[in-house]
Amino acid sequence: MLKIKDLKARIDNKEILKGINLEVKPGEVHAIMGPNGSGKSTLASVLAGRAEYEVTGGSVEFNGKDLLDLAPEERAGEGIFLAFQYPIEIPGVSTTNFLKTAVNEVRKYRGQEAIDTVSFLTMIKEKSKIVDIDPALLKRSLNEGFSGGEKKRNEIFQMAMLEPKLAILDETDSGLDIDALRIVANGVNKLKTKDNAVIVVTHYQRLLDYIVPDFVHVLYKGRIVKSGTKELALELEEKGYDWIKDLVNEGSEV
Amino acid sequence: MTETINKIDIKDFFISLFHSSKNGFSHKSLSRRREEAFGIFEKEGFPTTKNEEWKYTNIAPVLKKEYNYLPSSSINKKDIENYFIDEIVVNSLVFINGVFSKEHSTILDKHIIVQNFSEAEKESLDSYFNKETHPSKAAFTYLNTAFAENGAYIRIPKGKVIEHPIVLHFLADAKDGNIFVQPRNLIVAEENTQAQLIELITTIGNNGSFTNMVTEVALKQNANIQYYKIQNDSQSQVNTTQVYQQAKSSFTSATISLDGEIVRNNLNVSLNSEYSEAFLYGLYFLKGKQHTDTHTLVIHAKPNCYSNELYKGVLADKSRGVFNGKILVQKDAQKTNAFQSNKNILLSPDAIMDTKPQLEIFADDVKCSHGATVGQMDEEPLFYLRSRGISENAAKALLVNAFANDIVEHIKIEVLKDKIEHLISNRLLV
Repeated sequence: MLKIKDLKARIDNKEILKGINLEVKPGEVHAIMGPNGSGKSTLASVLAGRAEYEVTGGSVEFNGKDLLDLAPEERAGEGIFLAFQYPIEIPGVSTTNFLKTAVNEVRKYRGQEAIDTVSFLTMIKEKSKIVDIDPALLKRSLNEGFSGGEKKRNEIFQMAMLEPKLAILDETDSGLDIDALRIVANGVNKLKTKDNAVIVVTHYQRLLDYIVPDFVHVLYKGRIVKSGTKELALELEEKGYDWIKDLVNEGSEV
Repeated sequence: MTETINKIDIKDFFISLFHSSKNGFSHKSLSRRREEAFGIFEKEGFPTTKNEEWKYTNIAPVLKKEYNYLPSSSINKKDIENYFIDEIVVNSLVFINGVFSKEHSTILDKHIIVQNFSEAEKESLDSYFNKETHPSKAAFTYLNTAFAENGAYIRIPKGKVIEHPIVLHFLADAKDGNIFVQPRNLIVAEENTQAQLIELITTIGNNGSFTNMVTEVALKQNANIQYYKIQNDSQSQVNTTQVYQQAKSSFTSATISLDGEIVRNNLNVSLNSEYSEAFLYGLYFLKGKQHTDTHTLVIHAKPNCYSNELYKGVLADKSRGVFNGKILVQKDAQKTNAFQSNKNILLSPDAIMDTKPQLEIFADDVKCSHGATVGQMDEEPLFYLRSRGISENAAKALLVNAFANDIVEHIKIEVLKDKIEHLISNRLLV
């Protein structure tokens, strides 16, 4: 589904990604972990098409298409979804109106007919149960005045509405208490099928108790320095990141 | 009487027209004020960009065109029907080339009194006509005053709540050449009245128009007036509104500028008595080479008054906007609350915005603030929307609508509000 080859990217002339290789297949859950500043969020942003990042090398193929050649909205149409670490507040744009526009634009891209109002409202009702989001929130401006937990739930709710093939969760656990974490994680799990995939970007292991990864990758200084299964996450939780840093800085093969 | 303005010198044209017509003034009591105004206009002439108040707006090219002045008009009912806001029931007052047309107007709320100056009650005219002008800005006002022969006097009698909005529809007949029009309006809202007014200018025909309009609005005690200016005509205008407020009166204006070659809006509000309040809202959404210049002045003359002003601009292509807002708090005006803000988004690198908020305070116990911003559209919200599959244009439309909504939401006539939202959305999605 997703093939990242030797991906390099920079921002403000600072190289952040220094050659990422990663393959994600349908049905898989990948966790990308790493210390602060290792490039985790950059990778998520580059995949979603954030313009500040300049790709300087490598390639990203998504279901046979050159992802880097597509505008952010086209990537969404192809089935990429980024759950933001810091969802943006947009005063004056109602959540419902935004969702309807987004759903219909994505449907248009996928060659489907626009959804009518009744079906749309039914869809909202059903999908809002997945993350237990208060329907009153949806009448308000997008994320405006939402608590941290409500914003993250709203991200997963949007994911449910847009039905992506590949969801990238960027530090979705940050700022969540344990109850909210469980609700958000359960939401992601309910949306998981054998045909879609998830990349979970996180600093801590605790989210992975709920969203269990098939593969865990450790990102450090812009490269994936170690890959393994879910046990690797537990090892990181126990030992911290220093041993990884030491290994890399000593120049050893990891 | 039809006159053609010689394109070599428009000022000379008006000077000679004034001298040849002044013996025929219908309303003798106004003659002195008209002659005074004329004297000042004759001395000052039209403003140039050397005048601080006109620094960013060069009106000269528009004045160099050839215009007809006061021609008879062939506008008929059918011409007018096309331009009405037909979804709502309104009192429609139609003005053709600046002159009130009883024949084309429909007044549903019979309390409203509309008269030409020539037939208006002498006392009302004397008390309000051209009482306050602000000389440094006022060359166009003086010119208008000098020629205020056929002005309209609109009175809302004491205690009356006008149920239906009053549409003031100014038609410029440009079927047979460019037309120069000078509507003059005096609106008096007496004690304990309430009314909503909508002002529209429409040029009919294939030629251009220039409108130099002056509207005076006097609010007596407890009067409540909402005044909406919808500027969606492609021609040029200098649009001056002077508001005089007495105790506990409330004035709200929303000026929506969506079109116009050169549009200059002067809005001067005098809070002349205690516990009066004024809300000034404005939205200019410009494209092509459109130019809109807004000058506002809010004078707090007495204590315990409130004013709140918010103007927002969206500028695309090579359009240009000017905002100059001044709050003047006079010595007596303690306990004043006065706020002003001007926010602008430039959608193109070729768009220009000049903004100058000003605050002059001569009292010591006041709460005032003012500020202005000019910037591009924020990248973060744009990326957020696009990452959800919304195209760049549609995302910008959502964001500009949200930005504009702070102004549009203050339009309390639902159908009008929908119409404005529709006009804004349509422009964005082109």
